Amino acid sequence: MKNTLALTGNEAVAYAMKQINPDVVAAYPITPQTSLVQKFADFVADGEVDAEMILVESEHSAMSACVGSAAAGARTMTATSANGLALMWEIVYIAASSRLPIVMPVVNRALSGPINIHCDHSDTMGARDSGWLQLFSEDAQEAYENTIQAVRIAEHPDVLLPVMVTLDGFIISHGMENVELFGTEKIKEFIGEYKAEHSLLDLKNPYTFGPLDLYDYYFEHKRQQAEAMRNAPEVVKKVGEEFARTFGRDYAPGLVEPYKLDDAEVAIVALGSTCGTTKAVVDEMRQEGKKVGLLKIRAFRPFPRAEIVQNLKGKKAVAVFDRSDSFNAVSGPLYSEVTAALYQMIDSGSKVPIFNYIYGLGGRNISLDEIKGVFNNLLSGEVKNEINYLGVRE
Amino acid sequence: MKTWKEIPPGGLILEAGNASTYKTGGWRTYRPVWDEKKCINCLICWVNCPDSAILVKDGKVTGIDYDHCKGCGICAKECPSKIQAIKMVKE
Repeated sequence: MKNTLALTGNEAVAYAMKQINPDVVAAYPITPQTSLVQKFADFVADGEVDAEMILVESEHSAMSACVGSAAAGARTMTATSANGLALMWEIVYIAASSRLPIVMPVVNRALSGPINIHCDHSDTMGARDSGWLQLFSEDAQEAYENTIQAVRIAEHPDVLLPVMVTLDGFIISHGMENVELFGTEKIKEFIGEYKAEHSLLDLKNPYTFGPLDLYDYYFEHKRQQAEAMRNAPEVVKKVGEEFARTFGRDYAPGLVEPYKLDDAEVAIVALGSTCGTTKAVVDEMRQEGKKVGLLKIRAFRPFPRAEIVQNLKGKKAVAVFDRSDSFNAVSGPLYSEVTAALYQMIDSGSKVPIFNYIYGLGGRNISLDEIKGVFNNLLSGEVKNEINYLGVRE
Repeated sequence: MKTWKEIPPGGLILEAGNASTYKTGGWRTYRPVWDEKKCINCLICWVNCPDSAILVKDGKVTGIDYDHCKGCGICAKECPSKIQAIKMVKE
């Protein structure tokens, strides 16, 4: 029998953390992540998990505690949002380069300023080169499932990198949905026990952690890190397949999710909750006989270049939706990387007309009609500008 | 030098007591030159050397470890002024 509960995205992720029962959680509250860690703290206080909860004085300390904990060989988690992620910045990079498999749900929120607490992707987009994997979630269910899979992916010996699981602030984190929860025993079996190869608490095998690493070896360590990320796509796919088998899903989550894309003439590429909104528009327009489709990017890191090329090849027009701006005087970050990926198709002599829509900054709502408008413009070839701001007052 | 495939991931150093394998002698711009004839083996240089680069055997100075001496000049400075058994010479 299915165990379905009405949960917010934050509650669903807190529930996943309860079922994972990590050794250590070190966290500091920040809107809109607060209710996630608060819910997990309830589980700790009620004795439903035996995780060590470290209440720290800032996010910089939260990630620092996580690094120490993970270096001691403990399965370690935290969670944050926006400015909290910004404050832990220094240690975010150190966690990845020290190859510590920390899992961190990030409830996406616009970075200040001006100060804003609502959703956009500027926080995690800023961390795109930090060396963490980034799995974006479309809804509470996917945030729940991504959190469980993230543990396996992070700890895989070919990867050993930390993973961010993102969920759109308020839209997913505070919106209540039906979430199908899996049995705790089954989840424990799926993630298995974490046995770190090295532990600072193993006094019989002492080692040096975090030494100075100058021009003679730093480059070699970065090369290792690059290789670990190159190993990640295969691991993300395999863990997704095993997840689907274990929990009876008919769809194995991979790096991307094409939605009604095979015969689509035009496509939207998007991340996060907007994918769900776009699917509703696709369904509606398909009923009108319009061949539209969606390419949802689940893994932004590792970046699914081959999958993007394969899925967008031959489309009449493509719109890339960015919920953040790069302020590079050109485009949003997803657009930059998708267009760079499509450069690979130059050899085949085909160039896909592609446009950027920067939208939803600071939690600005995106409507079904706006998405429908973009699809219609793509279909009729009426897009005038390569880079567009959708939903801003011009 | 080892390749990226041959070293532990994450910058870990798995064996203990390996600081001596890191040669810091290349940092030197001035080299201490020790004169055995003048030396009275007071070992003040040995006590003060921050890199343990004064080589001593059976209570007597035997030379300078140029693989690790960074050329700071403390030994020459601390050598008793009447003795001056160590001089700093430009590399």
